[in-house]
Amino acid sequence: MSSEAHAVHDTTTGISNNKLLMWAFLGSECLLFGGLISAYLVNRSRFHTGPAPGDIFDIPFTSVSSFVLLMSSLTMVLALSAIQRGDVRNNRIWLLATALLGSLFIGGQVYEFTTFLREGLGYTTSPFSSAFFTLTGFHGVHVSVGIVMLMSLVISSYRGTLTKKNSETVEIVGLYWHFVDVVWIFIFTVIYLVPSPTS
Amino acid sequence: MSESVAELNPNGAATQPLGAYSRPKGGGGWRDWVTTVDHKKIGILYGATALFFFVVGGFEALLIRLQLATPNGTVVGADLYNQIYTMHGITMVFMVIMPLAAAFANYLLPLQIGARDVAFPRFNALSFWIFLAGGLFLNFSWLVGDAPDGGWFAYSPNTGVTFSPGHGMDFYAIGLQIVGIASLISAMNLIITVLNMRAPGMTLFKMPVFTWMILVVQFLLLFAVPVITVALFLLVFDRNFGSHFFNPEMGADPLLWQHLFWIFGHPEVYILILPSFGIVSEVIPTFSRKPIFGYEFMVFSGIAIGFMGWGVWAHHMFVSGIGPISVGAFTLSTMFIAVPTGVKILNWMATMWGGKLRFNSAMLFATGVVSMFTVGGLSGVTHALSPVDTQQTDTYYIVAHFHYVIFGGALLGFFAGFYFWWPKVFGHKLGETLGKWNFWTMLVGFNLAFGPMHILGLNGMSRRIDTYSPGFGFDFWNLFATIGVFVVTLGVMFFVINVILSARRARGLPPEPPDPWDARSLEWFSPNPTPVHNFDEVIEVSSLDEFWHRKWTTDEDGRVVRKATAAEVCQAGDAEGVHLPSPSYWPVVLAAGLPLIGLGLLYNLWICVPGTLLVLVSTYAWVFEPPDDPDGPFGHGHDEGDDGSHDEDVPGDGSPAGQEAGSVE
Repeated sequence: MSSEAHAVHDTTTGISNNKLLMWAFLGSECLLFGGLISAYLVNRSRFHTGPAPGDIFDIPFTSVSSFVLLMSSLTMVLALSAIQRGDVRNNRIWLLATALLGSLFIGGQVYEFTTFLREGLGYTTSPFSSAFFTLTGFHGVHVSVGIVMLMSLVISSYRGTLTKKNSETVEIVGLYWHFVDVVWIFIFTVIYLVPSPTS
Repeated sequence: MSESVAELNPNGAATQPLGAYSRPKGGGGWRDWVTTVDHKKIGILYGATALFFFVVGGFEALLIRLQLATPNGTVVGADLYNQIYTMHGITMVFMVIMPLAAAFANYLLPLQIGARDVAFPRFNALSFWIFLAGGLFLNFSWLVGDAPDGGWFAYSPNTGVTFSPGHGMDFYAIGLQIVGIASLISAMNLIITVLNMRAPGMTLFKMPVFTWMILVVQFLLLFAVPVITVALFLLVFDRNFGSHFFNPEMGADPLLWQHLFWIFGHPEVYILILPSFGIVSEVIPTFSRKPIFGYEFMVFSGIAIGFMGWGVWAHHMFVSGIGPISVGAFTLSTMFIAVPTGVKILNWMATMWGGKLRFNSAMLFATGVVSMFTVGGLSGVTHALSPVDTQQTDTYYIVAHFHYVIFGGALLGFFAGFYFWWPKVFGHKLGETLGKWNFWTMLVGFNLAFGPMHILGLNGMSRRIDTYSPGFGFDFWNLFATIGVFVVTLGVMFFVINVILSARRARGLPPEPPDPWDARSLEWFSPNPTPVHNFDEVIEVSSLDEFWHRKWTTDEDGRVVRKATAAEVCQAGDAEGVHLPSPSYWPVVLAAGLPLIGLGLLYNLWICVPGTLLVLVSTYAWVFEPPDDPDGPFGHGHDEGDDGSHDEDVPGDGSPAGQEAGSVE
């Protein structure tokens, strides 16, 4: 009856419209983050009288939370693999695990932001601080949207509507999730790993 | 219009997944238009809205020219003048030319690739309603007396709270953000439609040039819109949340805005012009009775423009101090981009060369594009040369240049499209006599208005000044230009009268017979006006200009001879029970939430609450609403994303291949 009846390779390209839509959207997102990363790069040494990036970053802490986020890509793959095998139970477990790891990352970001705020780096402190919070904030919002999508999948799994037939839905959410992870690799490199100016 | 979806789905009361509402059935009247997901109706909505905003923007243009007609003009004050020219630019770029392109793309693109509809019909409706919401939001600023006044490119730090304390630039930033969402949704939708829903046999290089140019434009939008999204976000954050992206007092560099804006803004220029190039590439071959000259070159030059358009943005910033190496590099790249554009101009002329030319209104407008865009293109090459550009920046020479490319290139092209496709859309032709009056008054008036601006600019008249003193030698040509704008206005009035009279004349008459122009592409397979289901059966495409090759062939002497009449080739349009996506309330409801969120950010955050609720509720309802009404007699309850699917065991046998076009039950 519904989408399951129509095989994926019915379109001209052989890729379903929904999946192609996600790819197109992610292409667009590249430029969104490209713009934000540029805005950060031109402002990273403009810390005015506030804290400098090199003084305030806690690289070991952020490395751990980055590791957590990257591991969530692994659990996402496992979730997809489970549903493609028709294993609804394991699919649900791995989706939950992915959402949990994502939430841990967001928790780490909230902790980092509050710490910075306590140390005198507010959103309006300097061009650097504005750019830092905007870039990482936009990424955080993307992760949060991903968590909402994952939890929607979990709910529909509990309602019995997420089965092997619509494993592509999991795949599409997975595309988004992996993209957000890959973007973080760039952001983490640009913000934390490239040596930052100190005051 | 012919049958609506509702007439095909006469089933009455149906309970819906959420239970709280009943799904729109189409029905007829305004409700049909508000809930429609039919790409043809959405195209007409786009066109009508764009023409409405065209009148608004044209009125603003008249005020500008009245103010400048004489030295020391007193028609409007300096402050109001700033708002008028800013809104004129924003309106014409974002609410006239872009939606006109969307109108043609929406209506024609599925038809030209032989599809039932676009890939995501409800998204299509959503993008129109969001565009309308954004346009109304921007113009709402007039009602509160606080319209944007920073120019359409809104250079910082002039747009910060220090220099723009009112709400004008907030309306600008949030309004364009809303319009940008609409463009982005529409871009993704049309890209996937072209990539995934072509009729069997239609490879990429059998697509009409118009479809190709629209595809290139959608890719440009896909990648350019997010860049201005970033810029507008940063501006909103600077103005409302106290960030310092463009604040020089804190050491920030306002040039960041210029870079972000023009990385969007230059591809935007090609977003404005390429749809018109596509239209011209359809009109000229038809009325020259020749295939387009160098089809592959036409397509590849369009693609080349699309790529190179990303590498020339800093030519808008030659005098902003970006350094000699940047200036040199962008001078070179800007001169290079004239090459693919020149290829197009020469190919159009080669298409006409030796052709059997018919100079009706559509063809006149198309040749108007070729000639006027060439003038605008040449003045563009003059300011690719950075030393010359240093003289020309921010003068009326620039104003002359971009009106020659946008009015003379883009707008005249859309008028060619109006005359060409009017019978396809409305079932009757526009009058030829008034059409020719329309063309000649617009062409002459346009040259009277903008030709002298080259001289004014070279004589040193700055753009954006609200008045000038006598004695600079500006008086005569300014009055001249003002007279020209009134001639243009006369031309637009001829068009409006033509539309009304043609509709009145056609009343009670049978619709235009198929193929009124001896045309070439797939949309003419369906009768006029296009039936709601587009095609009775799927078209098997074997060549470029498929429709033409079904009518004509060559005999052994190489002469073109007719092998079938248009009536034999065209479909009857009487298929029944065709599977169509069902209408929906949610696109318009979701779109209504966005301007409320915008107003909330400006005035009182509480106004955001109903706006956000509208967006959330309609998103949720949308997700749980099947794209096709399961209770409709012909709905199969399939997924929206699978609109382009067909049964895998019937590849290209004329049954529901491609878009399930022709799944006659």
